[in-house]
Amino acid sequence: MSSTPEPLHRALGLTDSELDDIRRVLGREPNPLELALYGVMWSEHCSYKSSRIHLKRLPSKGAHVLVGPGEGAGVIDAGDGIGVAIRIESHNHPSAIEPYQGAATGVGGILRDVFSMGARPLAVMDPLFFGTLDDARNRWLVEGVVAGISGYGNSVGVPTIGGELTFDQCYGANPLVNVLAVGALPTSRLALAVASGLGNYAVLLGSSTGRDGIGGVSVLASAGFSGEDGAASLDDAKRPSVQVGDPYEEKRLIEACLELLDLGLVVGIQDLGGAGLICATSETAAKGGVGMDVDVTAVALREVGMQPYEIMTSESQERMLAIITPENLGAVTAVCDKWEIRANVVGHVVEPTTMSDGTTVGMLRVRNGFDGEILAEVPASSLADEAPLYDRPRERPSDLDAVHADDPTEDEPVGDANADLLDLLVDPAWVYRQYDSQLFLNTVVGPGRDAALLRLAGPGLPASQRGFAVSTDSNPRWCALDPRQGTALTLAEGVANLACVGARAKAVVNCLNFGNPEHPEVMWQLSESVDGLAMACEALAVPVIGGNVSLYNESGGRDIDPTPVLGLLGVVDSLVSPPPGWNWREGDTVVLVGHRRAAGAHPFPLAGSRWATMRGRRGGRLAMFEASLLVSTFDFITDEVASICAGVTSDVTAVHDVSGGGLAGALAEMAAVTGLGVNVSRLEGHGELFSAFPGRFVVATAHAEAFVARASAAGVPVTILGNVGGTHVRLGALIDVAVHRIGARRSGALEEALELS
Amino acid sequence: MNYSVIVEVTLRPGIADPEGATIERALPALGFSGVRGVRAGKLFRFDIEADDAGAALASAQSLSQRLLSNPVIEDAAVRLEN
Amino acid sequence: MTRVGVIVFPGSNCEYDALCAMEQLGAHAELIFHSATSLGDVDAVILPGGFAHGDYLRPGALARFSPVMSAVSDFAAAGGPVLGICNGFQVLTEAGLLPGALQKNRGLTFLCQSTTLIVSSTRSVLTRAAQVGQELVVPINHFSGAYTCDDATYDSLVVHDQIVLRYRDNPNGSRDDIAGVANETGNVVGLMPHPERAMATLLGSADGRVLLEGFVGLGATTR
Repeated sequence: MSSTPEPLHRALGLTDSELDDIRRVLGREPNPLELALYGVMWSEHCSYKSSRIHLKRLPSKGAHVLVGPGEGAGVIDAGDGIGVAIRIESHNHPSAIEPYQGAATGVGGILRDVFSMGARPLAVMDPLFFGTLDDARNRWLVEGVVAGISGYGNSVGVPTIGGELTFDQCYGANPLVNVLAVGALPTSRLALAVASGLGNYAVLLGSSTGRDGIGGVSVLASAGFSGEDGAASLDDAKRPSVQVGDPYEEKRLIEACLELLDLGLVVGIQDLGGAGLICATSETAAKGGVGMDVDVTAVALREVGMQPYEIMTSESQERMLAIITPENLGAVTAVCDKWEIRANVVGHVVEPTTMSDGTTVGMLRVRNGFDGEILAEVPASSLADEAPLYDRPRERPSDLDAVHADDPTEDEPVGDANADLLDLLVDPAWVYRQYDSQLFLNTVVGPGRDAALLRLAGPGLPASQRGFAVSTDSNPRWCALDPRQGTALTLAEGVANLACVGARAKAVVNCLNFGNPEHPEVMWQLSESVDGLAMACEALAVPVIGGNVSLYNESGGRDIDPTPVLGLLGVVDSLVSPPPGWNWREGDTVVLVGHRRAAGAHPFPLAGSRWATMRGRRGGRLAMFEASLLVSTFDFITDEVASICAGVTSDVTAVHDVSGGGLAGALAEMAAVTGLGVNVSRLEGHGELFSAFPGRFVVATAHAEAFVARASAAGVPVTILGNVGGTHVRLGALIDVAVHRIGARRSGALEEALELS
Repeated sequence: MNYSVIVEVTLRPGIADPEGATIERALPALGFSGVRGVRAGKLFRFDIEADDAGAALASAQSLSQRLLSNPVIEDAAVRLEN
Repeated sequence: MTRVGVIVFPGSNCEYDALCAMEQLGAHAELIFHSATSLGDVDAVILPGGFAHGDYLRPGALARFSPVMSAVSDFAAAGGPVLGICNGFQVLTEAGLLPGALQKNRGLTFLCQSTTLIVSSTRSVLTRAAQVGQELVVPINHFSGAYTCDDATYDSLVVHDQIVLRYRDNPNGSRDDIAGVANETGNVVGLMPHPERAMATLLGSADGRVLLEGFVGLGATTR
């Protein structure tokens, strides 16, 4: 051990050059408390210092966008005076260490983001990524994370309506736990996180403050799991940083905050997330262009001997900061008393300070009593908005050409297609059965289908016949092969999922889960992925209204596959009847809608497909994103299903997007849920069965002639595949499996892999 | 006088205990053989102000019956710590 | 018009759903906060689902001490119709207004899924509009829904025809597939499934209507 102590700024995660920046901002040496504040606020997790330069390239405008990126949540105008708020976040590193609480507090945090906008949270989705289930620790993580989401989400009273479940070796020591929340509000209740009005109070609402997650954001979210065995070795050392959630406190906090907003008692409101009180106070002050005095002695504590830096940076859960006028304090207290919520005035909005050059700067002052000693004094905007911006080196991975050359499309033998099909199918019902997916009587299509579809209704909302649809999509295998095309195709996949329930995509939020940004290959992946998303968003006319970046997802020096997760939000204008779903009927004609062959080098690319990955093939070239082949198909499917939702009689009985499991997977899933077989005669070999690229749908119709005529009129290509019926799934010469075998394997696969059955 | 109280709440004999049974089933896989009769319960610890040990015990028993346990399915065993 | 009071404990979360279901049936429904000491002028009371007081200690254990519960007890004793759904059922058993208790599910996980119920008795305010043997598709949504009681209680339930609903395929390990029970006089009923979630085919099932219609006094005499 070296006897020279590490300089304080480095221990707090700040580089030498960042320390110089701080000296320049302050015009003096920072004291230790100030350094600690910069340490958390300038961490990767809070400042996005490695990614911001790239995120600027994403399109975020749209006539219906009420709030774009940068607020607690993005908000769109859904019509009928209703705004829909959506937000996605990661809680990867906390969940790797303590899966139950990590996942639970992830749910709590995202809900606060949504109700801080004035929106009542109406739905949660959880895209989850774990290592393979042959490892007992991964099985423990899956059970813990699912129990945490279930335990918190159900109790807090917000339905969990879906998600994703992906297993891959790259997530072994670094699982990804992303969480998306959607809320709705009367547009008149839209609230922003801004402090204004000199003399106004900043009131801390909710839980008391303990040492939970001290330094959590900088220590956990901004540093990879190094060491031989990754997370396992870090468990014990880092466990104290993990926060503990209390859904009962959060439930009362939601009710109290929405009541405060309804009564017009708050000027601005923000949640306390990573970096706690310092983040909320500096961001609201910076947005309002005002100063703020924060009294650390006014904060209700649950532990003795807490230092000012601990009070300012604690990540104790279930807390909000409301900016109110002094005359409303009594009314605010009354609402909080009713809901048994603590409310303490911890800050005063003060005039900005006039500098020697005549400019004014809103100062964030941490004080020991409002009239007491000033413990820290820094420009609020320097903490909130002026973290250094890094354009980190980027480099295309040197082995990428070799990876592309190793293409399973060209040389992977067909093998036993029946066995492969059975191995591909996993029904995630064991997961979503543990989630309340129905609260608020909105859920028309719940978990386990292409997209979730809900009525746009809830307590306090204007009456509406509209619905909203949500889908989360990712394809890390695609993105590992080609992050630009892979991300673009992922967006197309999301839009296709919404189309299956009749919803037109209105907005997307992204959670960019990547490896270590200090690796040039990772920054190249991130940059390419952002460009691919930007391209696809422009082409499909979907704005990005929010996002989150999670870096340092690595273990033992190995970065995860690039995993951009996209959360798509769509709207159905009239929802009086459920969409057809997968419920095909005996005798229906089965039609493939969309371009049968992919754009790119191969008509039926297998690279990045689940089939190829299952066979250990991780190379090859993807299909190309070609918007002109997609848009008319998406529009046609959306219109067909939307008219069914609006109550119009149709010959269409089932619609399913062809995704990761390929055409064979889609047909088998429809057979499994209906118990009805299907016969498809003409197929171009195993490539067509298992190839995965978006833009194709399986549609079942009771009147093929009429359906084909409508598709032709819309300029959309269709291929008649065969008919529904019988007890077997028979696809070309390669597949012939009994439906009951498919059903049994699919429904039992997950519990078997988790060793629960 | 201040007395430290411990209350153990357990399911009454004959009431099914799925938690205990699940734990018991998991043990052999972890290499612990011969473990039988696992019953899950709850433990409460609190301090109580009372004139004497008897009064402390009586008060603790009463609140355990009324709140800490559900007498329909649970038993509460109350004891004082030194 | 029937006036229905829906009790809101801190942590309740199905109160709005119960309210919507009642209004759909043409009843007038109002929320009554747990701190109220009187129920006002209501004809029937619903204790909705959720996690009253966070379900801390045991589901329903703290809610039974909320101020409103003595008014609910008085209302029940006077013969008023009282319905506990899910968490509300748990509260009613903890409060001693219904026999038995609800334990953790057999599989030790939360279960949100569709179930098929069989009406076992129509001698209750909830099942009076239904028919014995009628099958109803109604979802469940709970962690602690396994009905349990000692043998003497069970015998008494059978003798007095208090088992009102059973599961066709027992999802949670409930004794004798019990999904819902009534008190001896049939005016207090609790069930773990959520009839208010089965009010419209758009949401998957409208089979809950016959139960809630009976509860608000619709159709009771016509069937």
